[in-house]
Amino acid sequence: MGMTMTQKILAAHAGLPFVEAGQLIEADLDLVLANDITGPVAIHEAGKLNKKTVFDKDKVVLVPDHFAPNKDIKSAEHCKCVREYAKEHDITNYFEVGQMGIEHALLPEKGLIVAGETCIGADSHTCTYGALGAFSTGVGSTDMGCGMVTGKAWFKVPSAIKVILTGKPSKWVSGKDCILHLIGMIGVDGALYRSLEFTGDGIANLSMDDRFTIANMAIEAGAKNGIFPVDEKTIEYMEEHSKKPYKIYEADKDAVYDEEYIIDLSKLEPTVAFPHLPENTKTVSEAGEVKIDQVVIGSCTNGRIEDLRVAAEVIKGHKVANGIRVIVIPATQAIYLKAVEEGLVQTFIEAGAVVSTPTCGPCLGGYMGILAAGERAVSTTNRNFVGRMGHVDSEVYLASPAVAAASAVTGKISQPSELGL
Amino acid sequence: MKASGIVHKYGDNVDTDVIIPARYLNSSEPAELAKSCMEDIDPDFVKRVKKGDIMVANKNFGCGSSREHAPIAIKAAGISCVIAETFARIFYRNAINIGLPIIECKEAAKAIEAGDIVEIDFDSGMIYDRTKGTEFKGQAFPPFMQKIIETGGLVNYINQKEA
Repeated sequence: MGMTMTQKILAAHAGLPFVEAGQLIEADLDLVLANDITGPVAIHEAGKLNKKTVFDKDKVVLVPDHFAPNKDIKSAEHCKCVREYAKEHDITNYFEVGQMGIEHALLPEKGLIVAGETCIGADSHTCTYGALGAFSTGVGSTDMGCGMVTGKAWFKVPSAIKVILTGKPSKWVSGKDCILHLIGMIGVDGALYRSLEFTGDGIANLSMDDRFTIANMAIEAGAKNGIFPVDEKTIEYMEEHSKKPYKIYEADKDAVYDEEYIIDLSKLEPTVAFPHLPENTKTVSEAGEVKIDQVVIGSCTNGRIEDLRVAAEVIKGHKVANGIRVIVIPATQAIYLKAVEEGLVQTFIEAGAVVSTPTCGPCLGGYMGILAAGERAVSTTNRNFVGRMGHVDSEVYLASPAVAAASAVTGKISQPSELGL
Repeated sequence: MKASGIVHKYGDNVDTDVIIPARYLNSSEPAELAKSCMEDIDPDFVKRVKKGDIMVANKNFGCGSSREHAPIAIKAAGISCVIAETFARIFYRNAINIGLPIIECKEAAKAIEAGDIVEIDFDSGMIYDRTKGTEFKGQAFPPFMQKIIETGGLVNYINQKEA
């Protein structure tokens, strides 16, 4: 019996020739991440360990991005806690406001994670780096704090679901539509405790930004990780962004999968997840008349440069619908600067949107776009749970940047074709 | 080790945003977090809950964010054990790591109702519904995880192992 791609990476990091689903292992970590929400708790827990130093100052990453730039005094104290710890332990990869971006866009951009590595992050969307062919998973603060000191973490080796992607997506269909479609098919616990291993010739038709979006939302199907094979696009991305050596793992031909799904990308349509679960998906054509109050374009799911390009392409020459608030948040400083250079920021501002400095803010109902009772938002973020973006009686509809931008123009859930595009 | 208390019952996919909304994550103090536990799906929970009470839910309990604040808030609110059909994986790890007892049991999750008095024997994995006179066998932890729980969480486990 062969191993899945995930199992091979885990076996190599546990120093074992072979692992199988269900086996408990201790694996060496290549990268350990926390932010300003989870970092202070992790630092507190790490402080209780007998060993007081971090395992490798180059392999710990601390990014204040959730409630930063500081939203209030308590958040400022959290950011200060992370900052001081980074200074005390001489952490190489601490990113202050001005350098920081949304962590899961920032780490690949800075070349801190590459194919074949293992990463834990005290943030559920740490699974994003599976797009690069790495094993990467979200954990809580105690796991992170212990990993930061010991350089190790325990894992139950996951079984896997194989997702075969075929075909080429049409013009306004993106990675977001693909992952929403999959979550709609298998449900928010459809991949619980398991890996989502993507494969198939359709992957070649997906950009790296699309793949990051898909891997990012593996957690919304309950998965331990989502992972893509390494191809020319992955290598090109890593060589552009990183100096780290990478290692390519491939699933064995006789690897065993619990289930198999096929998604023909050419048949996908712009998709939206209705409140209050990411599995409540409909195509935009089926959505009916849903009037909205706010649009958010950004987050670790969809705040990358391609996302902003698509949104700008849709919105260009139009005005934001009367009474709609549109908030655009480039995920990193480099993306922000590129968006300025390419004229995307000008397009957004001329249309009547605001463009913010990088922050996770509105996605988790922190700040920078909180909803009042009864309000609805179309958002390119990842969760639409009760109260996620504000009041318990507000609603979040998850969609791609193209759908979010079209909705900004019409004031209701729409797709670019409704604007004649 | 045993737990016994009155049941607070919830459905499928109880997410970490309703267990502890992000607007309260500017604090990491257990007592402070406990004050807002379950606020968005059960605003009266914090008024009703008594030390030792038990939480019962259906599938995928604790889905969503990795915030350890969620099991911390539940534990600090006084809950002695969470029984669910399944737990989301990060919540599962977090609960073990911080020492909040959890137990997976589909039958118990379905049959036990709000207000029932339930007793759990962690050594045997048995769940007794004293109100209904029924009993269920919960999923036992693998020995490795049992050891983490017995030593009082991951931090103590690592300290003992390396001592």
